[in-house]
Amino acid sequence: MNAPFLKVEGLAKRFPGPRGKDGLTVFENVHFGIEKGEFVCIIGHSGCGKTTILNVLAGLDEASDGVVIMDGKEVRGPSLDRGVVFQGHALLPWLSTLKNVEFGVRSRYPDWTRHQIEAHSTKYLEMVGLGHALHKKPAELSGGMKQRVGIARAFAIEPKMLLLDEPFGALDALTRGTIQDELLKIVLATAQTVFMITHDVDEAILLADKIVLMSNGPLARIAEIVEVTLPRERSRTTMHHDPQFYRIRNHLVDFLVNRSKAFAEEAGAEGCDPRHPPVVRPGLAAPSAEIVALPAGQPAQTHVTKASA
Amino acid sequence: MDERKRWRAPLLSLIFLLLFLGVWQVATQPDAATAVAADDEYAALLGAAAAGGGQSAMPTPAEVGAKLWEHLSDPFYDRGTNDKGIGIQLAHSIARVLLGFGLAALVAIPLGFVIGMSPLVYRALDPFIQILKPISPLAWMPLALYTIKDSGISAIFVIFICSLWPMLVNTAFGVSSVRRDWLNVARTLEVSRLRTAFQVILPAAAPTIMTGMRISIGIAWLVIVAAEMLVGGTGIGYFVWNEWNNLSIANIISAILFIGLIGMLLDTTLARLARAVTYKE
Repeated sequence: MNAPFLKVEGLAKRFPGPRGKDGLTVFENVHFGIEKGEFVCIIGHSGCGKTTILNVLAGLDEASDGVVIMDGKEVRGPSLDRGVVFQGHALLPWLSTLKNVEFGVRSRYPDWTRHQIEAHSTKYLEMVGLGHALHKKPAELSGGMKQRVGIARAFAIEPKMLLLDEPFGALDALTRGTIQDELLKIVLATAQTVFMITHDVDEAILLADKIVLMSNGPLARIAEIVEVTLPRERSRTTMHHDPQFYRIRNHLVDFLVNRSKAFAEEAGAEGCDPRHPPVVRPGLAAPSAEIVALPAGQPAQTHVTKASA
Repeated sequence: MDERKRWRAPLLSLIFLLLFLGVWQVATQPDAATAVAADDEYAALLGAAAAGGGQSAMPTPAEVGAKLWEHLSDPFYDRGTNDKGIGIQLAHSIARVLLGFGLAALVAIPLGFVIGMSPLVYRALDPFIQILKPISPLAWMPLALYTIKDSGISAIFVIFICSLWPMLVNTAFGVSSVRRDWLNVARTLEVSRLRTAFQVILPAAAPTIMTGMRISIGIAWLVIVAAEMLVGGTGIGYFVWNEWNNLSIANIISAILFIGLIGMLLDTTLARLARAVTYKE
């Protein structure tokens, strides 16, 4: 197999402890790859180092160990090749929507004329449905609109890869749904490679090709990689009629609720190789797949998982 | 507030003013009954009523009003060293304040930027700033007079020193507390350090910097009066001291009013500038 587009090898983050004491290892031995055009979500409980991994990929943070190789080059420091959508949208509040997007575009294409930059930025803002709010300040926008500007800003620099740090975490459910649909549409249209952190199991199933499951920190590691075996053309409104959806969902929830905590011992007992975390296809015959035997679409189950998601 | 009740506060202000003027009028009322014959020469020196003991040198509101009108109707006359219009005196003071304040801004804002950006420089300069900041600016005056050997420039130096600290400390604080997210945005977009400084850090810290400038100009205007009393020559501070020597309380009260008005004007100007750079998050 060829080397994937993005390769993470032996990544670890350790914090030195106080004098004479042991330090804290947040995660170690993290290996995974992302193919070009793939949408990968990472799920895990707080403290497992998801955001640190994303920041290392972005070049904003440094790992204690391990390397990240993208497109044959080692990731060292931030780069326009990797667009980041921040958790708190991180728009510059003194600039209008358009200027916020132009700020990045000007960096990406320094030779462009003012007119070119404006046209390009406008195009991406229209893509996220904000053509009418070009000259508004972030404070005048709703939370969902702000996050859309953040997404437009990241897409507008046409990066090789997009990193999203829980972009919809602060939004209400309705807004989140609409923006998820928009993101899905744009990602499909542009064949963008995406790495995204989320806490929402449904969101991960809707958007991702692969879902990386992290065990609890400290000493977190990749427990398994779940392949989302639903057809790529998914829709939020019909997805839950597919019985396969529940098999995947139950598997994910079961992991988060029951297995993520005790994974360290479980993995040790099985002696699994961190270089090749098990790939699981819930509901389909696959090596080491643990099929959660629960009837699909059971209302009570839906309720329970909602609460834990 | 209720639209109809808007006039209430100004009305109350007016009542307070009239009350104050009334008390003042009563307190300074010339009292004819207690008038005592006085020495002619003494009377010529202080004015008949004052010498007679019937009235103190404290003027009535009407006398101050007349004096104010006199100043306002001819603010810019110049009849030699000790007799210049109040407009000229105020202009001298304002020019000194603006010059000292401007020079301080030129030093404090770039330096504050460096301190705010570099924790090392911050820690290295902090002890100096902490010791220099609480020094009364007038304590520098003898040192300034000795080294600069020019009283006018010394006054400007004193203004410079007193305006420096609030701007320096506020700029450093504003720059060092720029949101991490905004800096990370600039980093992931590979924005150059210079562009980051001018297009991210400066606008982000601008409201804090403006607050520092507003504090500075307030202090500068407080200090200039005292500084001019010491250095003499021109300026509103010198005018006040000169009128004290003339025992012209009406002139002193007029000057105090003008000092307050100009101080308010400087403050509102800076406040307006601050509003222009403030952003809502």
